[in-house]
Amino acid sequence: MPATETAISATDILEQRSRRDARHERLFRWLLKGCALLVLASLLGAAGATLWGGRDAFSAFGWHFLVSSEWDPGNEVYGALVPVYGTVVTSFIALLIAVPISFGIAVYLSEVAPTWLRTPIASAIELLAGIPSIIYGMWGLFVFAPFFADHIKPWLTSNLGNKPDDGKLSWVAEHVPFVGKLFGSDYPFGASILVAGIVLAIMVIPFISSVMREVFQTVPTRLKESAYALGSSTWEVSWDIVLPYTRSAVIGGIFLGLGRALGETMAVTFVLGNAMHLSASLLDPGASIASTIANQFSEAVGLQKSALMALAFLLFVVTFIVLLIARLMLRRLASKEGR
Amino acid sequence: MSALYLRRRITNAVAMSLSMLATLVGLAFLAWILWETLRQGIGALDLKLFTKVTAYGEDGGLLNSMVGSLIINFIGIGLATPIGVLAGTWLAEYANRTRLGESIRFLNDILLSAPSIVMGLFVYTIIVLPSTTLTHGSTTFSGFAGGVALALIALPVIVRTTDEMLRLVPSTLREAALSLGVPQWKLTLQILIRAARSGIITGVLLALARISGETAPLLFTAFGNNYMAFNPMDKMSSLPQIIYQYANDPGDAMHALAWAGAFVVTMFVLLLSLASRLILSRNKVSHD
Repeated sequence: MPATETAISATDILEQRSRRDARHERLFRWLLKGCALLVLASLLGAAGATLWGGRDAFSAFGWHFLVSSEWDPGNEVYGALVPVYGTVVTSFIALLIAVPISFGIAVYLSEVAPTWLRTPIASAIELLAGIPSIIYGMWGLFVFAPFFADHIKPWLTSNLGNKPDDGKLSWVAEHVPFVGKLFGSDYPFGASILVAGIVLAIMVIPFISSVMREVFQTVPTRLKESAYALGSSTWEVSWDIVLPYTRSAVIGGIFLGLGRALGETMAVTFVLGNAMHLSASLLDPGASIASTIANQFSEAVGLQKSALMALAFLLFVVTFIVLLIARLMLRRLASKEGR
Repeated sequence: MSALYLRRRITNAVAMSLSMLATLVGLAFLAWILWETLRQGIGALDLKLFTKVTAYGEDGGLLNSMVGSLIINFIGIGLATPIGVLAGTWLAEYANRTRLGESIRFLNDILLSAPSIVMGLFVYTIIVLPSTTLTHGSTTFSGFAGGVALALIALPVIVRTTDEMLRLVPSTLREAALSLGVPQWKLTLQILIRAARSGIITGVLLALARISGETAPLLFTAFGNNYMAFNPMDKMSSLPQIIYQYANDPGDAMHALAWAGAFVVTMFVLLLSLASRLILSRNKVSHD
């Protein structure tokens, strides 16, 4: 009798325990899934909140919001063109500088540098990525912008610009279209669209170069060695073998850098000068979407606040698309490798 | 033939020198930025930084900002760590090959470099505005809102590291435990997360390094405060916010204080990333 009793209770216990385990398992699964869905929620929430906040501006100005360069809190008229222009141009300058430099760094680190030097240099460059953006901003404001105003800007305005100090136009300003306008300025300070582009370039170099270096290392050694065996030089291997093999991921890395540059706030706010008017010159101050929000949001009320929210929505959508392209491009190489 | 050979050699030499030059340029800017931060920051270091609050202005210190930064970062990382680890676990263990899992992993990677200022506006909308309405304006900006904004920025970092680290745990470990009849939740909590612990800690440290320098999302959430605040429902100062405010001030003494703050933040961030690197290299798991 006691034997069967214990047998029954043993199966009971076993059943109870497996039922309990199943219940816990279900709870645990839901908990985890809920947390993962929060990631999704924060993405949708950010888009939704800025769209909701910007609804007044969108309905008040419609499409005109995107193409108007007027930003006049006194008359309650807002257009996004100045900050959008500033964001696009500073990011473009940043890429123009950062892409070749990053490519050089990646080639140097994966093909040229002696092996013992590679890791320390790579970690040093990655250190650049770790420095908070506000430090870039301070450095730009107090160190680089004055340096630029003293040493680089005078040369640019007198040799390339259409408003030189001595009134004599240089050959380039006279004969090459647009260049004179781009570099002509009588604004005395360093803070300008060009300086913001340069500071952004320094910020995105570590991102782009580390992606490039990583994907360059995925190129099969036998491909490179075959090329070397046929007599290729290091440059030819990098340009004709490594780069085509990794093309999609390299473009992905560049877009990743672009995404960073578009949304960067602090580094840009310090060195852009924050002028809400359109100027063809790269040496004049400007504004970007992020810098406009950072400067004006805390004092804004009513329609201005809504216009700033609408700007944030635009920024979010554009960076989302850019980063989406970046990730898709990066993924293409990974799938090629069978990962 | 030899002309072609010569041209190829010259091209190669030029390209290689340019690539070396590019590296030198990158390193030079790193050195320049770090050097200025060290020089100006150490020059401005003073005991009053750590003993006085910002209310004294030029004669004050940064004590309330440092305390505020610690509290806000603590809230941020405290919220992001459990959520991020659990979400990362779900991606790696439960949804590794499902469509929803893949999409969330993909979107998480995008969130990783989403503009932080938009996250600040998001938290402004969901926390600052409702709390203002609910309390009739007595609670508006708060350290808690700042913490939530930072948590949103730390979250994708932690999710990604946890996900990656768990997928590195050998599947034999899972099979061994499952064959002994261990339920999967117990396996996950007691074996897998423990096995990936050092990697996950690294992710948390990296996330902390990332958020300690964030400024933009704090401007409209924690706002700033010239006095000491311990209550997370109060407006709260933080180091990045005070650096931003002081650097835009015309006074030189304020600039010196801003540099001192910049120095403290930079050292903190660099030490954190150094620490995370050390933990990783000691445990020899690969991570990007």
